[in-house]
Amino acid sequence: MSFLELQNITKIYPNGTKAVNETSLNIENGEFVVFVGPSGCGKSTLLRMIAGLEDITNGEISLDGNIINKIDPSERDVAMVFQNYALYPHMSVFNNMAYGLKNRGISKEEINNKVNDVAKLLEIDQLLTRKPSMLSGGQRQRVAMGRAIVRNPKIFLFDEPLSNLDAKLRNQMRLEIKRLQRQMGVTSIFVTHDQTEAMTLGDRIVVINNGVVEQVGTPKEIYSKPNTKFVAEFIGSPQMNLFNCKIENGIAHIADMKINLNNSTNIDDATLGIRPDDILISDNGKHSCVANLVEYLGSDMIIYSKIGDQEFSCKLSSKINLNAGDTFKFEISGTSVHLFDNTTGSRV
Amino acid sequence: MTKYISSTINHFILSIGLLIMVVPIWIIFASSTHSSLFINTNGLQFFLGDNFIDNYSRVLFKQSGFFNEITALKMFFNSFVMATGIATLSVITSLMAAYGLVYFKVKYATFIFWLIFITLLVPLELRIMPSYIVMSKLNLVNTFAGLILPISASAIATFFFRQFYKSIPDELLEAAKLDGTNSFRFFIDFLIPLSKTMIAAVFIFMFVFGYNQYLWPLIMTTSEQYWTVVMGLKTMYGSISDRFAFVIMSMIPPVIIIIFLQKLFIQGIFQNK
Repeated sequence: MSFLELQNITKIYPNGTKAVNETSLNIENGEFVVFVGPSGCGKSTLLRMIAGLEDITNGEISLDGNIINKIDPSERDVAMVFQNYALYPHMSVFNNMAYGLKNRGISKEEINNKVNDVAKLLEIDQLLTRKPSMLSGGQRQRVAMGRAIVRNPKIFLFDEPLSNLDAKLRNQMRLEIKRLQRQMGVTSIFVTHDQTEAMTLGDRIVVINNGVVEQVGTPKEIYSKPNTKFVAEFIGSPQMNLFNCKIENGIAHIADMKINLNNSTNIDDATLGIRPDDILISDNGKHSCVANLVEYLGSDMIIYSKIGDQEFSCKLSSKINLNAGDTFKFEISGTSVHLFDNTTGSRV
Repeated sequence: MTKYISSTINHFILSIGLLIMVVPIWIIFASSTHSSLFINTNGLQFFLGDNFIDNYSRVLFKQSGFFNEITALKMFFNSFVMATGIATLSVITSLMAAYGLVYFKVKYATFIFWLIFITLLVPLELRIMPSYIVMSKLNLVNTFAGLILPISASAIATFFFRQFYKSIPDELLEAAKLDGTNSFRFFIDFLIPLSKTMIAAVFIFMFVFGYNQYLWPLIMTTSEQYWTVVMGLKTMYGSISDRFAFVIMSMIPPVIIIIFLQKLFIQGIFQNK
């Protein structure tokens, strides 16, 4: 039995909206799982149901062997870091962190020790007497995490905690969260809409769309073998190129381009996905196109072009000399493509 | 240069406003320090006289009323108890009513709120007979409880607290829930400290409201022992300087309350979250 088990979880709001649909998921002890998906896909709702902040319409959640559906959030032993931190504005940093412990009837001395230890760990020991309004965004973030850590809960829940930080701080905090999670080994669930965060943080990623889990897997699995067209499109930056095509006897026809898939598939309405960095640019390439736009990113550059009327992009080292308007030759290997059946949307 | 001129004009206008408000009070105060004979012959005074201690101590301790059963000091005490009682109870009842309306899943909460709000259209003067009958059946005539209870729930204060609670983000409650708080502790540990400034503002409003009550204490009390300052003002038949002294003293309790709670009061009024 897994540490946290979700079984056929469904959430229907009173107005009839189905936010989460028949979701089942097992999470092991100590694992760092990331829920990722576009906004409004139900990932936060799922997290809030685990926390107990949202009623469960159908299904069962069990934590550490106990079913927690009907257990009050205060007794589930979970800690949550909110998007806007939700620090208690009238309490000092110390009291913000100590409040949960006080409610559990822990002795003053122990509270002092615990809060001071965690404050040192997060380097906020200088701020303990301040009020949240006197802290910067990054410091607030640390306090919010400190408040969660100090309680030593069974699970950490992070609800897009980095989205209010600027880019540099976000990268820094991301690394820190990863480091802390490794260090403490507490099971964590992290919700984000940012696929970079998902890829870098998660031991496993759960891709959610329209209240349905599209795929669960390690970052590598998700990136290299997306189960559905949605996952293929959502994970990876720049986005995977998706071409509508017809496949006859293992040969994909995209406009007048032919790609040999080395098998004998026949699909009338298929989507062929190619990662921008799997398009190999070389002078010996079989296909040629005109670069419509070149985006320079420092070490890499991205070329936007068209095959027939379908746009695509490819990523290559910026050492190659190519300007907008130039014609370039490229090669697509039949083994590096992802094939999806358009009628089902899933991988072939 | 234009900045200097506009600032001068501003200060000039403010000074005029200040004078309009302060001068009459000053004239009453200055006149109250002269003997009645002096004022009767020379008119209102702008400068201080030398009867300050005489006049004020006489007014404070003189037995007055129809039956000479009460001193001004006792009236101040009565008014203070009544105003403090009304202010304290109004704050407590409206805090709790707003808490119930906003944070509990009460069916028809909005409807109930508007029902409370509509009572603003029914001032005390309109319901004075039923209120009196209820109080007299409860044997509360000639008691402080009788003076305080019928005006110790305020719709407007409930409205203020309700709006304030609605502006508190839900995450705060959720975070507190996960930290193991219950409804009662959330009220005590979060809502009361967070609405401190609002409480001060409501307390002052209700204190002044209670202090200014005239008709209700007039009807509720038959014993002079329960007369309040505002009732006393009307029955001050003594000399003119005594009456002036009484007027000046009657302003002191609200002023003291405002001075003490001023900082919180101003924050409370201009609170924008």
